Amino acid sequence: MKSIWKSVMKFIYHFASPKHFYRISGKLIPWFGWLAAILLIVGSIDGLFFAPVDYQQGDSYRIIFIHVPAAWMSMFIYMVMATSGAIGTIWKIKLADVVASSSAPIGAAFTFLALVTGSIWGKPMWGAWWVWDARLTSELILLFLYLGFMALEAAIEDPRAAARACAILAIVGVINIPIIHYSVEWWNTLHQGATVTKFDKPSIHISMLIPLLLMALGFKLYYVAVVLVRARNKVLYSEQNNSWVKEIVKAHG
Amino acid sequence: MFNAFLSLLKRDLRLAFRHKSEILNPLFFFVIVVTLFPLGISPEKQTLAEIGPGIIWVAALLASMLSLDSLFRSDFDDGTLELMLLSEYPLSVMVLAKIIVHWLITGFPIIIFSPLLGTVMFLSPDAIVTLMITLLLGTPILSLIGAIGMALVVALKRGGMLLSLLVLPLYIPVLIFSANAVGSSMAGLSISGQLYFLAAFMIFCLTLAPIATAAALRVSLE
Repeated sequence: MKSIWKSVMKFIYHFASPKHFYRISGKLIPWFGWLAAILLIVGSIDGLFFAPVDYQQGDSYRIIFIHVPAAWMSMFIYMVMATSGAIGTIWKIKLADVVASSSAPIGAAFTFLALVTGSIWGKPMWGAWWVWDARLTSELILLFLYLGFMALEAAIEDPRAAARACAILAIVGVINIPIIHYSVEWWNTLHQGATVTKFDKPSIHISMLIPLLLMALGFKLYYVAVVLVRARNKVLYSEQNNSWVKEIVKAHG
Repeated sequence: MFNAFLSLLKRDLRLAFRHKSEILNPLFFFVIVVTLFPLGISPEKQTLAEIGPGIIWVAALLASMLSLDSLFRSDFDDGTLELMLLSEYPLSVMVLAKIIVHWLITGFPIIIFSPLLGTVMFLSPDAIVTLMITLLLGTPILSLIGAIGMALVVALKRGGMLLSLLVLPLYIPVLIFSANAVGSSMAGLSISGQLYFLAAFMIFCLTLAPIATAAALRVSLE
């Protein structure tokens, strides 16, 4: 048992060494990128043209194919940040810190996208651009958490100290997110109830669910591709004094 | 360990009483912010009674946050924190002593003065009692969560604005439940649910926040 664990850790450390990460991620990015592009194109066409019209909301409901995956991603990415921050703190894997810090702007962008699409959706539904509805509000608070994370990272000069501090902040944030979410939900609920998370019998029709899940998967793969690109850049920058980086720079002129 | 805890508690309290402004300024700030709202909105009884709970709570939140600087700043500047880190006692226990002192010098005076402000905001006697209970349960949470944020920014030259970005979103549950409890007791509704939540959240923060604060201080002191 112990030897298996040892070899697993060895593999992780091997993959997480900047040089190997750079090589492997370079090969993976096109795969993730193209798969994401295909899924997003198929999902949008299916969602916008083939999914049936909603009997109450008409065609305007179709914005959920962007809104809901973006909202899912906004929470997922914060979890990734906290998890990789914890990994970076516990096992001192530098790559985990890089993933956490490269994820933050992407997560903030998805949160912003979820807010904007939510407010555009709200205009025909509620007749106002903004309603202090529970989920929109907790999404807004999530955006503040992302901004705090990025501001803290920008304020600390030493990248290692910044990564440690941000990891603590992300972990504190991730413990607080459910508390904030449920207190906001308790505070006010105008929004329609969750439609997909009811596992036994989703209240969304299968013909709408398929494009939604396609889009969600597309968003996720897109995130992986972008986070790898950003992490590669950061790795190159932080390892700029190592010989393998110099060789790459030379090879590219 | 308990002796070290107590002597740190006494030392910090004595320091605070030597710099009286550390105790008085957050309190003045609290009173002034609440006073601004009738001037800015309207002196009408009905309006003020409606927005009063929220305003008093927002002011308490800001006063507690702005006073966080006194928590670690001077000990960080003169190296006391580093010695505390090197001492044989767990840092989280030392931190807890400092947080308790911070609550005693900022949270506690706010609780004492809150009936006065509740009266000028036309809260009912019941609501004023509720206000004091929510402050009693809520202001320790503000000190505890604020300590984590302060520990993260203490090494930075200009951490003040950043601190509010980090800490205010985490204060939101306290604000929601406390202001709502006061409002509900104005309307004669039951408030036990909100108070249970605040008590639970306070115990939760009391258990975990000192550990997170100690971890953050270790990063800042590197």
